[in-house]
Amino acid sequence: MTALLTILIVFFVAVAIWQMVKIFDLANIGSDNGQIATDKDNKINGYLMMAFLVFIYAITIVSVCKWGDLPLLSNAASEHGSQIDTLMIISLVLIFIVQTITQFLLHYFAFKYKGEKGKKALFYADNNTLEAIWTIIPVITLAGLIIYGLFTWSSIMNVNEDEDPLIIELYAQQFNWKARYAGQDNVLGKANVRLIDIDKANILGVDESDPNAQDDIITTELHLPVGRPVLFKMRSQDVLHSAYMPHFRAQMNCVPGMITQFGFTPSVTTAEMRQNPDIIDKVANINKIRVENKDEIEAKGQDLRYEFDYLLICNKICGTSHYNMQMKIIVETQEEYDAWIKEQKTFKNSLIN
Amino acid sequence: MSAHADTHAHDDHGHHHKETFITKYIFSQDHKMIAKQYLITGTIMGVIGVMMSLLFRIQIAWPEEPNVLFEALLGKWAPDGVMDADIYLALVTIHGTIMVFFVLTAGLSGTFSNLLIPLQIGARDMASGFLNMVSYWLFFLSSVLMIFSLFLEAGPAAAGWTIYPPLSALPMAQGGSGAGMTMWLISMAIFIASSLLGSLNYIVTVLNLRTKGMSMTRLPLTIWTFFVTAIIGVVSFPVLLSAALLLIMDRSFGTSFFLSDIFIQGEVLHYQGGSPVLFEHLFWFLGHPEVYIVILPAMGIVSEILAVNSRKPIFGYRAMIASVLAIAFLSTIVWGHHMFVSGMNPFLGSVFTFTTLLIAIPSAVKAFNWITTLWKGNLQMNTGMLFSIGMVSTFITGGLTGIILGDSALDINVHDTYFVVAHFHLVMGISALYGMFAGIYHWFPKMFGRMMNKNLGYIHFWITAICAYGVFFPMHFIGMAGLPRRYYTNSNFPLFDDLANVNVVITIFALVGGAFQLVFIYNLVHSIFFGKKAEQNPWKANTLEWTTPVEHVHGNWPGEIPHVHRWAYDYSKPGQDTDFVPQTVPLKEGEEELQH
Repeated sequence: MTALLTILIVFFVAVAIWQMVKIFDLANIGSDNGQIATDKDNKINGYLMMAFLVFIYAITIVSVCKWGDLPLLSNAASEHGSQIDTLMIISLVLIFIVQTITQFLLHYFAFKYKGEKGKKALFYADNNTLEAIWTIIPVITLAGLIIYGLFTWSSIMNVNEDEDPLIIELYAQQFNWKARYAGQDNVLGKANVRLIDIDKANILGVDESDPNAQDDIITTELHLPVGRPVLFKMRSQDVLHSAYMPHFRAQMNCVPGMITQFGFTPSVTTAEMRQNPDIIDKVANINKIRVENKDEIEAKGQDLRYEFDYLLICNKICGTSHYNMQMKIIVETQEEYDAWIKEQKTFKNSLIN
Repeated sequence: MSAHADTHAHDDHGHHHKETFITKYIFSQDHKMIAKQYLITGTIMGVIGVMMSLLFRIQIAWPEEPNVLFEALLGKWAPDGVMDADIYLALVTIHGTIMVFFVLTAGLSGTFSNLLIPLQIGARDMASGFLNMVSYWLFFLSSVLMIFSLFLEAGPAAAGWTIYPPLSALPMAQGGSGAGMTMWLISMAIFIASSLLGSLNYIVTVLNLRTKGMSMTRLPLTIWTFFVTAIIGVVSFPVLLSAALLLIMDRSFGTSFFLSDIFIQGEVLHYQGGSPVLFEHLFWFLGHPEVYIVILPAMGIVSEILAVNSRKPIFGYRAMIASVLAIAFLSTIVWGHHMFVSGMNPFLGSVFTFTTLLIAIPSAVKAFNWITTLWKGNLQMNTGMLFSIGMVSTFITGGLTGIILGDSALDINVHDTYFVVAHFHLVMGISALYGMFAGIYHWFPKMFGRMMNKNLGYIHFWITAICAYGVFFPMHFIGMAGLPRRYYTNSNFPLFDDLANVNVVITIFALVGGAFQLVFIYNLVHSIFFGKKAEQNPWKANTLEWTTPVEHVHGNWPGEIPHVHRWAYDYSKPGQDTDFVPQTVPLKEGEEELQH
């Protein structure tokens, strides 16, 4: 209903604009309006430029205050996450400084040097020193950022196999996720979509004859032990998907026909994260909003109360239900993890013969 | 029209051929008419593209709420007035395609390259008027096909404007990947042919048809950017064409260039050995230069208009050319920054981070030079000038966040979120659009012999400027909160519930900003017929186009083509009587030409 009202309002505003413009336009006919800016126009627009500068600063401040409680800039739940956060904050601060200064100069000059009849501009076509300065400053700044960024990138992307990471396959299909744990031997059995046999419940196309495959465990929820490196091997059976785990600062595409990988070490358990004051505030805020929209949420059959959970979500357009392709991630202690994995069926036992 | 080379044959041109309505207005070979055709077609496509964005913005702000507007415009795609998830993706896809290619490539480059290249270099017309005409009509045909695809039974293409296979290759993966995608590919193939014909023509014309005295270092920056844009187009568009052809083969003839090991809807497909990543490489080999194809002409237009209206030379003319060339070169070796998390080797990611952040240097030089051009000027706040200043502002705001996205380590977490959407809309979408508006307001007198209404222009600029920031500035923040793009609704993620109000704010700004574009449309259409008659050189500019008569003549100059004696930026030069010295004025005795 609000949508309809808004659209009606917008429609009438549009009609009103059109009519006003017409009147406005007709009123100008006959006056010796040359359609070229006069001193008065220059002055008004000069002041508006300053007003606009204030607007840019205001929208920056409002955005930062209102929406700047950035869950992606703090409370990373993985070990490499804080590296990304630090680099992100450095980049943002740098951007903020440059933005503030350059926007000021641009709009202030537009105001300060607004045209007047009889005034003459300064003929100033070139200055090698100045240009050298503003070539070299970005070069130095960017060199710093590039070096820092590349170190961060390679430390994230280089998976150290010596650390004995837990091997887990993430398997994407339209429109859900599965996880396949490598089991006791920590080696995934071979798999190919050509081996999919729905009748036998071999939904991931795991090679039934591969000895490594027998102890694999397929689940619809992702459980990770805290503090242990995990190496995800990703597959997709149909189209491109992207495994995005924002809390862990992790993302990698799932590509049909190849296996991609991404590794990280979860550092905060779900239970711990739920006790984090920032997250408590965020969850309380979300629950307040949900209570306000109670009817709609219940009509959709969702739980009214929201409880924090890590999520794996699809972040590459993959078709109709792309907007609802998610899997819950639970980070827990080694003991809790061991207890959970023991209850899961191995691949061998999950087949229907 | 071989007569173009021969000025004498041209002088009495009018006596020989009577132009019919068809040769003058429809199948015209005159670059000025073709420019108008591009402008009008581009504007119509722009209106359609913007309207689509408003529709899906309404859906994002008020997800799955019934809406009479949807019912009226989307028909069967909005049962009971609720937008369907498939048509949402289709709208996003076609909006992107139309805005990037049909409005900001053809509409912007097509209009101003055609109008200004012959006029500003002192040529009677393009090197080949015929090819130019064919180029426009191919563009028109591709536009018609793209629009026609909206009415297909299974819907238009809906795999995103980047059409990554396998989603775009398999009709069973998505309704839009059937006839809709076929139509998209055919339309784009024709579009690319049109773009290549245009680009070749621009390059040849700039190289061969400059008037006497018009050396490359006296060219206005507009021509430099159009010229370099055309070169980038010729280098990169064929790669997209080949990608499209290979995709057509995968789709229709069973080859496996981009597909392998696919199990969909209960069956294994035969494809084996192809790679979707290959398609991504081919696509972005065009796709990234494409953003410079879009933004460079806007940069040239803005450089020219800032100088004219500041009554000052553009600051650092040679540095501006050098930075355009640097951007053009670098633009062809940065495409991988769209693919940091595509599964390609992380080492490649390092290389592309390096080249990508390098491209920030020439961009920074340009921004600083524009700001310095304003310094101690005598700024004439014409509408074109306002949009040019606005373009510098949005280019800086949007460009700066590129430092984050170009950094592979940071891209991991904001890739494909609304942060990216905010970034590219500001830095290439809005900036290029502002460049286009600036160009239209500035050269309207040259195109139509009449003036646009300045007060309406002011209203248009200020509302648009506020709404553009209102839409795209908060969008960065929902991106940094991890909200993925191309989601039909976020209501399945309570995690994002606290961002819903930001989306409402954004949509309201978008609706208001969209509605106020009517002011522009009104001004444009009304001024074509009823605008005040223009003087020959209303902005007191130096470039050659303002030496042609207001009423268009075939061949541009009734007499001989003027000769050029100086660069285009002698504004407020000391020792001159006026604050501008057209390029046709010979140097005074003892006057030195500034060659910077």
